Amino acid sequence: MSVIRVERACGPVVEGEALVSEEGFSPRYDLDRWSGVITRPGHRLEGASIVDKVCFFPVAKGGIAAGWAFYDIKWKKIAPRAFVFGVTNPVMVQGAIFAGIPITEGWSPDPQGLVKTGDWVRVDPGRRQIEVLRRA
Amino acid sequence: MELTAEERAILAGARGEAARRALQYQVEVGEFWGARRLVPVTGVHMMGDIEVMGDGGLAFLREEAALGARCAVATTTNARCIDFAHRARLGQDASEAQKERELIGCLRAIGVATTDTCINYQTVYQPHFGERVAWGDTGTVIYANSVFGARSNFESGPAALAAALTGRTPEYGFHLDEHRRGTFAVELDAALEDLADWGAVGKLVGEAHQSYWAVPVFHGCRKTPTADELKHLGAALASYGSMAMFHFVGVTPEAPSLEAALGGSTPSERLAVTDRDLAKVYSSYRLGDGDARLVVFSGPQQSLFEMQRLAALFSGRRVAEGSSCFVTTNGAVLAQSRALGYAGALEQAGVTILEGVCFYILQNLSPMRVANRWTNMVSNSAKIVNIIGAHRFNPILRRTADCVEIACSGVLR
Repeated sequence: MSVIRVERACGPVVEGEALVSEEGFSPRYDLDRWSGVITRPGHRLEGASIVDKVCFFPVAKGGIAAGWAFYDIKWKKIAPRAFVFGVTNPVMVQGAIFAGIPITEGWSPDPQGLVKTGDWVRVDPGRRQIEVLRRA
Repeated sequence: MELTAEERAILAGARGEAARRALQYQVEVGEFWGARRLVPVTGVHMMGDIEVMGDGGLAFLREEAALGARCAVATTTNARCIDFAHRARLGQDASEAQKERELIGCLRAIGVATTDTCINYQTVYQPHFGERVAWGDTGTVIYANSVFGARSNFESGPAALAAALTGRTPEYGFHLDEHRRGTFAVELDAALEDLADWGAVGKLVGEAHQSYWAVPVFHGCRKTPTADELKHLGAALASYGSMAMFHFVGVTPEAPSLEAALGGSTPSERLAVTDRDLAKVYSSYRLGDGDARLVVFSGPQQSLFEMQRLAALFSGRRVAEGSSCFVTTNGAVLAQSRALGYAGALEQAGVTILEGVCFYILQNLSPMRVANRWTNMVSNSAKIVNIIGAHRFNPILRRTADCVEIACSGVLR
């Protein structure tokens, strides 16, 4: 079983299907906030839905408006189950905690190659770790 | 986190349920970042409008107001999404406008001064050196940290509102000396004669160093930058690079010298920005499909002196038939611009002045783009050029006078 250690984390334990991105993410620049689908032309995950996924993004992008966006997508029932960031910023953390979406930052080892989109993973913020439970 | 007796009392409900929830939330955010304590803030600037908050955010705010939430410190609002005077002409939804009115009512009920401006640092409040604030809109934060030497992190809407209710914020990031030191050095070897040039510098430096924790130190500049120039530089650095602070040797208070700004550390990188680099930035923007019929002066809102310059450039001219030109500013600047004749001159030239909004977050912007068959958007703001792509515009950065020429000719140059 593959285990990834994370540096910082907040939120309850959740399980879900992984969505692994090589590119950063902003809920304002990249996401259609009515469908939960990444729609920015040229994004490596263009066309993918983040709804109910455990989303792995290397970096966070975007400005202050992202803070309300997570609560907005949670309200619309199109939120992911967790955000796993390599490097994030205060806005993402403030927004995720406000929306009650688990969020982590910093990973070892890098999930690229270790976790694939479609794998079933468990995010355990209290133990600062992510486990791959089932391969796609 | 170490909490004071007063903070423990707030958590026990001494200041009501809204303040209790707010402090609980701030403790969770603070613990994520390893903050040791909360620190008092003197002011809050928050983003809160129906376009960014959505129905869920409005429901939350309604509940806060019903719980008797009250601001503990002076709190202002950022630019919003609906210009009520131009709503119908812009094709903004009447139902969303109604929600926006309710949202504004909720904010006022809890004691927020709805200033609706992203240039609060030019027109509302200038914090002093070392003053701690909790500001939102990245452009306001980078200006506060860099130019005033005040201290703030990026505080998004919910975090800023929590700070307003408790009068505190978790101490992490740019509240701490260790994160305020310069991390790399940028020599400015360029003439930098237009606001767009300063935004282009922010794009070049920000895009190449995307990190909240990166702090560039600018040096070698041959002129003294104005507040508007630093505004465009900071807004672009924050937008392209997610940066919250820069130093400018001989200009910003924590940079009496390059060495002092770097705090004794060796810069991770040294680079230079030249006139040739800026020329490449401008030539990288091309007219895609369609034409150059939309010119926007927004993001950040225009200061009084920007309004004055635009009025002079547009004087005796007309926006080309079939073209649209928008300027956004806040209520205070617009009132003075009216009194001084700048607003009249712009309107006479066919420019539409929007009040209290930002073009980028206008409610219904994507359908507005389609309805007007806008494809390209020309602007002198590197920031809006960066973010407007989300609405599928092809953005084009040009210097201010060139933007005016394009608006009046309909031809890109």
